[in-house]
Amino acid sequence: MASPYSTKVMDHFMHPRNVGEMENPDGTGHVGNPTCGDIMEMYIKVKDNVITDAKFKTFGCGAAIATSSMATEMIKGKTIDEALAVTNKAVAEALGGLPAVKMHCSVLAEEALQSAIDDYLKKTTGKGLPGFKPHDDIHEEVHGN
Amino acid sequence: MKRIYLDYAASTPLYPEVVEAMKPFYSEIYGNPSSIHQFGQEAKKAIESAREKLAELLSCSPEEIVFTSSGTEADNLALEGIAYAKKNKGNHIITTKIEHHAVLHCLKFLGGQGFEVTHLDVNKDGFVNPEDIRSAIKPSTILVSAMHANNEIGTIQPIKEISKITKEKGVAFHTDAVQTVGHIETNVTKLGVDMLALSAHKLYGPKGIGALYIRKGTKIIPLIHGGAQERGRRASTENVPGIVGLGVAAKIAKDKMQEFAITQTELKNMLIDGILSKIKESSINGSRNDRLPNNVNVSIKYIEGESMLLNLDMEGIAAGTGSACSSGSLDPSHVLMAIGLKHELAHGSLRFSLGRLTTKKDIEYVLEKLPQIVNKLRAMSPLYKGEK
Repeated sequence: MASPYSTKVMDHFMHPRNVGEMENPDGTGHVGNPTCGDIMEMYIKVKDNVITDAKFKTFGCGAAIATSSMATEMIKGKTIDEALAVTNKAVAEALGGLPAVKMHCSVLAEEALQSAIDDYLKKTTGKGLPGFKPHDDIHEEVHGN
Repeated sequence: MKRIYLDYAASTPLYPEVVEAMKPFYSEIYGNPSSIHQFGQEAKKAIESAREKLAELLSCSPEEIVFTSSGTEADNLALEGIAYAKKNKGNHIITTKIEHHAVLHCLKFLGGQGFEVTHLDVNKDGFVNPEDIRSAIKPSTILVSAMHANNEIGTIQPIKEISKITKEKGVAFHTDAVQTVGHIETNVTKLGVDMLALSAHKLYGPKGIGALYIRKGTKIIPLIHGGAQERGRRASTENVPGIVGLGVAAKIAKDKMQEFAITQTELKNMLIDGILSKIKESSINGSRNDRLPNNVNVSIKYIEGESMLLNLDMEGIAAGTGSACSSGSLDPSHVLMAIGLKHELAHGSLRFSLGRLTTKKDIEYVLEKLPQIVNKLRAMSPLYKGEK
């Protein structure tokens, strides 16, 4: 079937992995707002500095849902540092690419992950992720004015 | 897989008679209508016959019709044509916030050329108040442009009431009737408009052809300069097959319109009532009564339009949405925002537009699949906290 998305994006969109909420997550990330049309929540479980589980909930388009799904797949089993190296570009590439107008959705997935790690670090070390910007700043950066 | 097309407001399948009528004009009757030899005159005759058919549908005289390449060009010709023809009289133009981009972006351009444009609000059902138009008219006002029916929410504007005011005030009145010609009555005398734009592919005709009705005595400056075609109002060799196709589509529309409207209104109501009863926290956008016979526009809370469209497409159902995510822009539909919808409801909108091939079975199929899709997407939405 003709679609603006790759087969892999459609697969993750139609059959998203790791959807749902998590009981007692070690870190919760929340980015986006209804104005821009994408909202992502990401939950992580961390044991010995390794992400053992990840889940998400997303309000958004096909690209937003697919990148959420792929991002949670990619970070499972990774250390915090390794997970932080998972960029939006890497997620988009793992999905076989995204249409240019949809790249901003993959940025939101990266930010959701950083937000979840920021939350985890705050809870465990008292300090958040260095250089992590709260959502409103990101919004302008991602969507422009 | 079963395929159900519910995006007739975007484009329509041609009548087989239209395709047949166009065919000879690609191969046998290829002369230039401006040529005086027989080859040319055959083509010329076909154009004039099409013009007569369209004139009958609009209840105007054939010479009041200018063929264009599209509805967009017809809108541009009307707006820029009047603006430049009347610029010595004034520079003020009045429109509404829910016009098609063919009007809004053309007026934005004119705004940059020294014209002043007033965009009037609409109410929650999408109606502009004619009295607001009256109050907005000032001595420098040269033109009012208000669409006949909205392409997204289907609301039909009180065109007759508006034209009473524009006539009284001596201001030119243009209406974008791309969604109404061939679907509901568009008698230009009854409507009282000075200009009316239409597009063939919205009424089961071909793409690449439109027309502008220009009331006799209304002066416009052409957009396209060159030969003397279309009585000097639009240069360039005519799209003969396209014009022939539009003529036949107009003829069939005149005969069948009423019958289609009755069937589609019934199916439209079935779909609206079905969605509202089967999907909790869903709402209808646009007027329930003064609405195109084939338009359904709903907002479904907590989920986003493009993800609904993709899921519907996987089930073979083609629809539209006002969500930013499907358009490549980042803002949701300006129409849905103008009727006061919150962002998430505008992002969560779906448009189903019905047509002559739509059946009761199609609607039943949508009413079976859509609630399943909504449940699936709500289950993964961070905004949804369970049934209220």
